Amino acid sequence: MSEEGTAVKLGRKDFQSDQEVRWCPGCGDYSILAAMQLFLPEVGVKPENMVFVSGIGCAARFPYYMNVYGMHGIHGRAPALATGVALARPDLDVWVITGDGDSLSIGGNHLIHALRRNVNMKIIVFNNQIYGLTKGQYSPTSEVGKVTKSSPFGSLDTPFNPLSVALGAEGTFVARTHDMDRAHMVEIFRRAHDHQGTAFVELYQNCNVFNDGAFEAITGKEVRSDMLIDLKHGEPIRFGADGSKGVVLNQFGECEIADVAEVGEDRLLVHDEHREDPTLAFALSRLADRPTTPTPIGVFRDVQRPSYEAEVQRQLVISSEKQGPPDLGALLGAGATWDVS
Amino acid sequence: MTAETTQLKPESLEEVVIRFAGDSGDGMQLTGDRFTDVSAVFGNDLATLPNFPAEIRAPAGTIAGVSSFQVHISDHEILTPGDAPNVLVAMNPAALKANLSELIPGGTLLVNSDTFEERNLTKAGYQASPLEDGTLAAFRVIQVPMTTLTLESTKELGVKPRDAERSKNFFALGLVSWMYTRPTDDTIQWIEDKFANKELVKAANLAAFKAGYNFGETAELFDHAYAIAPARLAPGRYRNITGNTAVSYGLIAAAQQAKLPLTYASYPITPASDILHELASHKNFCVRTLQAEDEIAAVNVAIGASFTGHLGVTATSGPGVDLKSEGIGLAVSLELPLIIVDVQRGGPSTGLPTKTEQSDLLLAMYGRHGEAPLPIVAARSPSHCFDATIEAARLALKYRTPVILLSDGYLANGAEPWLLPDVDALPDVSVPFATEPNHTDDDGTKHFWPYLRDPETLARPWAIPGTPGLQHRIGGLEKEDGTGNVNYDPENHEYMVRLRAQKIAGIANDIAPVEVDDPSGNASVLVIGWGSTYGSIQQAARDARESGVEVATAHLIHLNPFPANLGEVLKKYDRVLVPEMNLGQLVKLIRGDFLVDAVSLTKVQGVPFRASEIEQAIRELAK
Repeated sequence: MSEEGTAVKLGRKDFQSDQEVRWCPGCGDYSILAAMQLFLPEVGVKPENMVFVSGIGCAARFPYYMNVYGMHGIHGRAPALATGVALARPDLDVWVITGDGDSLSIGGNHLIHALRRNVNMKIIVFNNQIYGLTKGQYSPTSEVGKVTKSSPFGSLDTPFNPLSVALGAEGTFVARTHDMDRAHMVEIFRRAHDHQGTAFVELYQNCNVFNDGAFEAITGKEVRSDMLIDLKHGEPIRFGADGSKGVVLNQFGECEIADVAEVGEDRLLVHDEHREDPTLAFALSRLADRPTTPTPIGVFRDVQRPSYEAEVQRQLVISSEKQGPPDLGALLGAGATWDVS
Repeated sequence: MTAETTQLKPESLEEVVIRFAGDSGDGMQLTGDRFTDVSAVFGNDLATLPNFPAEIRAPAGTIAGVSSFQVHISDHEILTPGDAPNVLVAMNPAALKANLSELIPGGTLLVNSDTFEERNLTKAGYQASPLEDGTLAAFRVIQVPMTTLTLESTKELGVKPRDAERSKNFFALGLVSWMYTRPTDDTIQWIEDKFANKELVKAANLAAFKAGYNFGETAELFDHAYAIAPARLAPGRYRNITGNTAVSYGLIAAAQQAKLPLTYASYPITPASDILHELASHKNFCVRTLQAEDEIAAVNVAIGASFTGHLGVTATSGPGVDLKSEGIGLAVSLELPLIIVDVQRGGPSTGLPTKTEQSDLLLAMYGRHGEAPLPIVAARSPSHCFDATIEAARLALKYRTPVILLSDGYLANGAEPWLLPDVDALPDVSVPFATEPNHTDDDGTKHFWPYLRDPETLARPWAIPGTPGLQHRIGGLEKEDGTGNVNYDPENHEYMVRLRAQKIAGIANDIAPVEVDDPSGNASVLVIGWGSTYGSIQQAARDARESGVEVATAHLIHLNPFPANLGEVLKKYDRVLVPEMNLGQLVKLIRGDFLVDAVSLTKVQGVPFRASEIEQAIRELAK
């Protein structure tokens, strides 16, 4: 994004801070941090032109480990803090690191409004379907019936589907990846970074202490090819070891999984990230109710809409042209005045 | 159509207090504003008190729907919108009923007699017409069929009667303009500009205004008009200004004097929204405004902008401060500049959205969890909001701290003449950004420590994104001084808590001492106030002194920390009176900090103190 940065040769260590990383041993956050620090050098933006903002939660410690400008904010408010950063300084690369509780519970309002405004920031939601930092309460993405300390008889709350929320909030870039596949994470980070506007990435992240194995049914190495549907723009959506399964639309416009041999290749839904209308992306987001059945990953939606701060800049320029250079004396004395001698 | 054509010479008055009252749909605020602006340009000193219901359109004709605008104009310097009106313009029975008790005995009552029919009388709760039953015997009543005359004057224009009737406020304005020999050209020009795109409305308003003026001149209801000469104010160029406009201009000026762009984020709330409206139209001053999704977002957007080197500002009223508390606490911990403007209104909860109160002082002082001190600055008059805003910015920037600027509903909407400042003489409030590492390890490695403080101000360095080599992370967790690394050590926490408090307390040495006005030097009673009670207190002291009671006054602009000389000042007087529009908040702080047996005078009616109320308390204490 920053022009001056493109020629710079940077390495992973340029993005590592001197702080000791303190997540629980075995936490999925380690692989995400590694993926981010491996990815960022290729962007070519100098670390001083990057800002990482977070709220509260395990994920929110992320900025401390990055040798960039960072702010560890307050619970749920990271999108609002980052909006201020991006609005004030469109020259910066702005990332928001958040979790499922931070972004979808206490910070739900800021998340949806950042998305509809299309502020140029990359929001990475570490979704582990549990409250880790507060030691194991159910989260807004936990499955109904989740037995935790705060729900000994099972949780009653219907969970959010984060991608459906993002699409419903007019998100222009909506994607999903997971912590077991570094290459896929890097690819999604790259795509998110290239997007002008708010990029929303749901990142399935394993909490090995309070919710171990929440995504194992789809991300485990041996099941992955049958359980993860890797979306590719312009291609029929199919998966399975030999591509034997695919996604079709039923008569109601809902996505269903079908045997390709049974329905024929022509009936397969061809993925189109760039469709203006979010209906199909939404239908895809509903394909897997929980991460226990075949689940699409990749970019669900990537459409162009002017970013918020670019429009703000445009108004500043127009206003300068119309109203002329700032003249404080003229402003204060505008309108009716009188002189006393 | 000028004052010269009046047959009889106008009688000179030193001052008059006029209250326009009508239904909230009658345009009384606009009428009052126009009369005020014309009087300002004419050169009178003035103060205004708008008073309107929270409902956009309360049921027509009811007491709840009454909207009023009081303006005090004079040929000398004045400080308040007046304790009680000399003239009441009542556009309907409800307006009469709601305001009559405040009209001074012998005052002039100008009523729109057309509205005094059964339906409106009943809605106002009158059994019989007060115009006929002797209720008004103590006043000089002038009945004018304003609706009929307005319709008459607009008949030729082809305006529908229902639309034409809406011009009756301009008829009233015309009539009162004649009564007080106001120049008419400005109002005519204003109507022409304002309604330039609505030909019929413009024509009807002009016709009604002129008809009202001419009615005064020709009808034999008045033997003569009155004149109030221009006031002898300090020389210079003046304009009329409200507190909200003054805050907006103060923010623009502060950003310019700080050489920083301004980022202002807020959520619409009465009575602070006008600041957003005003700032949104001055983007050529490099002002970014964002209407946030909620109060919480607004303060966080401002903090985010401050982090990057902007002057980050948010404004709200009490309910919004409640929500912003968390963000303000973050700014205390981050030690970033931030201005929070609190335009106070009646509380608790939704309270009295359009009415004034001073009940957020302790909220500003203590309304955050943990030890989270911050400077508090309070404006004392509408125009003073400009200076107070620049002072808030100066402190925020110099000490890298959130600052709460207290205004209130009365200051926000009230207006007064403002001697325009010399913009070249405004204070420079700029501070340097950090550009270099500030710490070297034993092995020679250079680092940037975000919490390595200026030994004098204790402010930490402000290094903004984009500065090479100064990347750093800040957050709401407790940190080690110097490095800024997260640190939970017990001793470190206590050290940091005390250090943050010490930084704010130290500001006492960087603010003006509180000034005492004690003309004779013999007063035993000191009246000390803060915020918008300034005018009432000063007026009360003047009145008391005129009748031989010696009294001293002082007014606090800085509520935290207090000026360094405050304790000494308080101890010089036998009695200390603290008038406040709350249940006694400053008085608690003063008693607590200085062990002074200060006396509290309180009022929480959504309207400012009358000078006479304070004067009476002074007399009692001086006995």
